[in-house]
Amino acid sequence: MEDRRHDWRNGGFGLYIHWPFCAAKCPYCDFNSHVVSQIDESRWLRAYLSEIDRLGAETQGRILNTVFFGGGTPSLMSPDLVDAILTRVRATWPMANDPEITLEANPTSVEAGRFRGYRDAGVNRLSMGAQALNDEDLRRLGRLHSVAEARAAFDIARTAFSRVSFDLIYARQHQTLDQWRRELTEALSMAVDHLSLYQLTIEDGTAFGARAATGGLLGLPQDDLSADMYAVTQELTEAAGMPGYEISNHAAPGSESRHNLVYWRYGDYAGIGPGAHGRLTLNGRRLATDTPRAPGAWLSQVEETGNGEAPRHEIALEEQADEYLMMCIRLAEGLDMDRYASLSGKSLSSDAITGLEQIGMVRRDGSRLIATAEGRMVLNAVIRELMGA
Amino acid sequence: MTELDRIRNFSIVAHIDHGKSTLADRLIQLTGTVAERDMKAQMLDAMDIERERGITIKANSVRIEYPAKDGNTYILNLIDTPGHVDFAYEVSRSMRAVEGSLLVVDASQGVEAQTLANVYQAIDADHEIVPVLNKIDLPAAEPDRVKEQIEDVIGIDAQDAIPISAKSGMGIPDVLEAIVHRLPAPKGDRDAPLKAMLVDSWYDAYLGVVVLIRVMDGVIRKNDTIRMVKTKATYKLDKLAVLKPQMVDIGELGPGEIGVFTASIKQVRDTRVGDTITHERQQCAAALPGFKPAQPVVFCGLFPVDSAEFDALRDAIEKLALNDASFSYEMETSAALGFGFRCGFLGLLHLEVVRDRLEREYDIDLITTAPSVVYHLHMRDGETRELHNPADMPDLTLVDHIEEPRIKATIMVPDEYLGEVLKLCQDRRGLQLDLTYAGSRAMVVYDLPLNEVVFDFYDRLKSVTKGYASFDYQITGYREDYLVKMQVLVNDEPVDALSLMVHRDRAEMRGRAMCEKLKELIPRHMFKIPIQAAIGGRVIARETIAALRKDVTAKCYGGDVTRKKKLLEKQKAGKKKMRQFGKVEIPQQAFINALKMDG
Repeated sequence: MEDRRHDWRNGGFGLYIHWPFCAAKCPYCDFNSHVVSQIDESRWLRAYLSEIDRLGAETQGRILNTVFFGGGTPSLMSPDLVDAILTRVRATWPMANDPEITLEANPTSVEAGRFRGYRDAGVNRLSMGAQALNDEDLRRLGRLHSVAEARAAFDIARTAFSRVSFDLIYARQHQTLDQWRRELTEALSMAVDHLSLYQLTIEDGTAFGARAATGGLLGLPQDDLSADMYAVTQELTEAAGMPGYEISNHAAPGSESRHNLVYWRYGDYAGIGPGAHGRLTLNGRRLATDTPRAPGAWLSQVEETGNGEAPRHEIALEEQADEYLMMCIRLAEGLDMDRYASLSGKSLSSDAITGLEQIGMVRRDGSRLIATAEGRMVLNAVIRELMGA
Repeated sequence: MTELDRIRNFSIVAHIDHGKSTLADRLIQLTGTVAERDMKAQMLDAMDIERERGITIKANSVRIEYPAKDGNTYILNLIDTPGHVDFAYEVSRSMRAVEGSLLVVDASQGVEAQTLANVYQAIDADHEIVPVLNKIDLPAAEPDRVKEQIEDVIGIDAQDAIPISAKSGMGIPDVLEAIVHRLPAPKGDRDAPLKAMLVDSWYDAYLGVVVLIRVMDGVIRKNDTIRMVKTKATYKLDKLAVLKPQMVDIGELGPGEIGVFTASIKQVRDTRVGDTITHERQQCAAALPGFKPAQPVVFCGLFPVDSAEFDALRDAIEKLALNDASFSYEMETSAALGFGFRCGFLGLLHLEVVRDRLEREYDIDLITTAPSVVYHLHMRDGETRELHNPADMPDLTLVDHIEEPRIKATIMVPDEYLGEVLKLCQDRRGLQLDLTYAGSRAMVVYDLPLNEVVFDFYDRLKSVTKGYASFDYQITGYREDYLVKMQVLVNDEPVDALSLMVHRDRAEMRGRAMCEKLKELIPRHMFKIPIQAAIGGRVIARETIAALRKDVTAKCYGGDVTRKKKLLEKQKAGKKKMRQFGKVEIPQQAFINALKMDG
């Protein structure tokens, strides 16, 4: 049994960098993104470098497995800025032999022009926010690109990067099961090695959220249709050799997002930038880190105090076990019940597991507990049951 | 002591919202009984619930000194009575303690059913009645029509009714003069042995039990040793006072006077409303007539939502019972709900008031099970049993027949809603006794089974008449009918807290309605859940809650862990409002809402 003090090693170590700006805010998005007219990149660079130095000193000698530029829209960053950040990262941590360095990009023509620059800076994986493969739905989702533009950007990306993923949002307004089947089939034909397929979720605090609250968001699928869409998604991706390895993520074997696996396998990750969260095990204590969400607030805090974080707090062991459960049960590989027990100090309720097994929601494979296809569709209920909530 | 002819004792009869409490406030204010700065609205309603709901639950009293236009100062004792049917017995006792009543009728609304019930009690008590037309300044006021209605429906002369506006104070001096000149002075013999009526009693945290009395004959003095005739208990008085409305000590109370005493009495149940109080040494010859203890007619289970709060609930119930002799309780165990109490109440309002007080004053979240009436079970072996809880229904083969309580219900309603009201009463197994009109209002009298009324009859009545109907009832007796126990099975297991007694002819309909309601109330689970209603072993209605098909968070990355954990915490808190039953979680609200019928 792995020592609890080193539990994070089961998941590895990654670095997340948040770029909080977008050209326009999408109506469904509840990520920490902001629209501004002018960005002083040199100020932002100084802040990022200062945070890399600070966190590097705390985690000295750790092998860094992954870097992820998320947002916002990181493809609005200049390649020079990305280059300067990655240069400092490499100087700070010993890198894994084959590090995964991902950048999220929007598939507009302007941004596609920067793709080669990102590659030259060291980015080796591009995650594109395609979201839909028909223009009407793209407009409805508030996207600034067309399908043609996305395809062109994709072609450029494919030549620049060996690994390209793209995101699609489904279970959209007025979408039928057949339409989704056709759209997904088309996406699968586009030689990607990774797909993130998210069902549209209406979040509070978004334009869609406000519209839904007043009854203005019509034609969203009911539970049964969205369940059918989810099932079709699993079936088609599996047939195309890209099975779901997580609730909403599909990849050819070996092409999984290693950075996101750090989260789901409950490894350690450092978070830099406004609103970035982290989990760091330092001196045997696992700490949750957090930063101010407002870009200006984070920036001036870094400049004035040399530390962009809010006060850290230690995560108690049972809480770590719960976090591990919530994240890892999302994976097709399931969670390790021994690791859970080692963190929590007690085993998962065998009554709860047996009950879930009887209704076909989970299965056991040695020490692993795996949510079945049925279980994954109602995973929140499965988690509640396992946590005794 | 005060001469008899300088005393006037009275009560106020009014429908809810017709201005009884406001009129009482004005009388108190105008006579300077309470300093202006100490006045607050509904002076005589001490409990928050009374003020909020605009109702009076406990009788209360105030002694007013009024210098009349004839140059004499009179003592006016107002006994404020509960207006609600649940407390009809207390009303009838209070009425016996005074000689006259003000009948307050809203000049824009007219006579309502509750007014009728209470005014008949006043007539039964031989009261002189002075009609008062309130809200005369409203544009919708129709004093002539309302006077006519009072004469038609109640049968008293209303030509000298006093027009007032309690709100603005208009007409209040006329009311005070009418109390002095139109109501009779009390009678009594100062030299006879003490005979006083126990009008009401309540628990005071500092003084113990406070007893409100009306002296009929003789004189009661501080430090007297008194005897309660029915309970045969003797006490030495600690304190004798009058209410203004706060307590002001007084040396003695003579015939016709009203006041309070304390005597180290521990709980309200040691005092019986209507009992006769006399001296230990020199007892009166005959007790006052009409004494009867209050009998609970509606029962329900009260369970703590959080079973860890059982002890807190027991403490709270015991404390409430200290002050409310008409409320009964005993421990109950339910397979579905764990430990709780089976409680008996005078009626539905009484039930709601007790439940509200437990939740608010003692901060305990409660699950209330369906209210039930008391059935009489006549067993094959000749024994007669009372059934307070459908879950306790014995094997049917042992029961010869079942009787249920019936009521006489009086409903007053504008004629445009008459059809709806008749339909409602017929649907609830009612037998029409009478239908008359007074102006554009109909008065409907029905013989109804109480079990069809205890639950949502009043809510339904209000909704089908848009709130324009008024309703009152009295229990008339027991009658045999074809009653059966209906059980509800959730996921094939009977849920005792959902079983109920129902008329055989209505069982299918009720069963279907309950299954449909439960289907809405119980959230989807990971498996499908059959819901069945059954009589004996026979299923009479069935619904199925489909399995939950989709409940999963689409995106969950590094920053989402904290958020998702918070969501789970929230769900954990929400789950406290659920009860685990077998594998199924039933929301606490379901136990009562499942019984509400839409039609």
